[in-house]
Amino acid sequence: MSKEIFVIIEHRRGTIRDVSYELLTKANDFANNIGGSTAAVILGNELDEMVQHLKSSAHKIIALKNEKLGDFHSEYYQEALKSIIEERSPLLVMLGHTSASYDLAPALAVAMGLPLISGCSDLRLEGNKVITLNQVYGGKINAEYSFETEKGGIITLLPGSVPAKPGGLSAEVEEVNVSFEREFEDKVFIQFVESAAGEIDITQAEKIIAIGRGIKEEDNIAMIEEFAQSIGAVVACSRPIVDAGWLPKDRQVGSSGKTVKPKVYIALGISGDFQHLMGMRNADTIIAVNKDPNAPIFGAADYGIVDDLFKVVPAIKDKLAQL
Amino acid sequence: MNSVVCIKRVPETAEATLKIDPANRKLEVDNLVFGINEADNYALEQALLLEEEFGGEVIVVSVGPPETDEIIRMALAKGAGRAIRISPENLSELDPYSIAKLIAHELEDEEYDLIFTGCQASDDGFSQVGVALAELLGIQHLSMAVKMETEEESATVNRELEGGLMAQYKLNFPAVITIQTGLNEPRYASILGIKRAGSKEIRVVEPGSWNEKMVELNKLSFPPPGKMAEIFQGSPAETAEKVCEVLKTKGLL
Repeated sequence: MSKEIFVIIEHRRGTIRDVSYELLTKANDFANNIGGSTAAVILGNELDEMVQHLKSSAHKIIALKNEKLGDFHSEYYQEALKSIIEERSPLLVMLGHTSASYDLAPALAVAMGLPLISGCSDLRLEGNKVITLNQVYGGKINAEYSFETEKGGIITLLPGSVPAKPGGLSAEVEEVNVSFEREFEDKVFIQFVESAAGEIDITQAEKIIAIGRGIKEEDNIAMIEEFAQSIGAVVACSRPIVDAGWLPKDRQVGSSGKTVKPKVYIALGISGDFQHLMGMRNADTIIAVNKDPNAPIFGAADYGIVDDLFKVVPAIKDKLAQL
Repeated sequence: MNSVVCIKRVPETAEATLKIDPANRKLEVDNLVFGINEADNYALEQALLLEEEFGGEVIVVSVGPPETDEIIRMALAKGAGRAIRISPENLSELDPYSIAKLIAHELEDEEYDLIFTGCQASDDGFSQVGVALAELLGIQHLSMAVKMETEEESATVNRELEGGLMAQYKLNFPAVITIQTGLNEPRYASILGIKRAGSKEIRVVEPGSWNEKMVELNKLSFPPPGKMAEIFQGSPAETAEKVCEVLKTKGLL
């Protein structure tokens, strides 16, 4: 078994995604600890510019080229990765826990007979075991999982698990022209689709009041809108509110919605799973109101109130009226 | 059009106080309320909508203990035709791969155009079973569907990417599609549906101790106290005052 760590680079529309640099940071640390090395594996059609960006972040870059790899397609990615992994037998293959890896990693693992732990936030090697740390039950409990590395293995790392830092490396670049023996015509990528933009751009807001499941009913949103207007804030939300159709998609904060960086973010009745935290953790000041003292949102907030939002919000409104 | 829907029984943990068993392997579930995994509920709805449009049958599959029959009955009450419950002895030790294997094995003799699963379970959050299942069955898959336009033998599906972006694919059947929350509006069961569900078949499969797993759960623990918000104590009037002070100090009022 080699001591090489493969990091599968994610890119979209010609730009490497941030999570890839986080992965490389994590992978370089992991490789240093075990006396191994990292290989950034990038798949695509026109890769030269992106390869330049990666050079200082890995020991080696493997560029897998084919026109079918231009836009992400899990089947072509899987074919290409399978042959390079079989050929090189890396100790570990790392991907981001992203939409792309949801589509790719479980099938790749099955096709190769490799163990897969998805969504970990940390990992280490103990003897011949890879041990990961995962957040389960909405971030309220930590779970430690492991697999034996005899054949290798795959992990996907939660975005935001580590801050990306410069690698200070100088990678040798290896280009591989991939050929495919078959075409995957039963699954065809057509196009990217943007979700419709609304009147309010929450990414530009200085003050955001965000609501989650704790708002309970659609009718309760009017009271929040009124509160928001009184301090010049806009109303945003977590995913369940959009799923229920109570607010449009462009008000959703989180990894599948918008990333916001307001001066103040007031989270009302939001438990704070990692997807939501990804979208708001860089706000200057975060104030959270939640009935559950163990809600993960309090780990991200600067100030917290463990109480019913329907008691706290009217009280804040009263105070504001007195000012 | 025949669809299989894989559903999972999960505890509602968002507002609950959680406890871990003394062996640090399992959640103590005595005080928890269980229900269908949220994304699976949208998956079920999608299958029911297709049955209404194209005809055919909806088959529900779940890997779980006898208590799982509660969510299975509810799926049958909403309109699914029949169900298969797979109940291995060592369920709590199984990893997503072995769960997918169990389901794949049971589906060998079934005829289906589509298999739906939720794209993620709210308990372990792995997001693996649906896509692993497709690979085991040797069929196409697409994960995180947020929009779906279906024809007799294919569908145009938008999958969710990050930042509000979607990727649109054309997918021929048979296929596995994993469904993201928000795709449709899950229905409630009718009284008549609930009555009818009682006579529908739940076939129970007991594969004994199932040993295919590649990933071990070592232990569960509570997250160590890390960075924590300064918690304002007191009555709503008192905590509200402190919020106003913060806003004022930061020049936000």
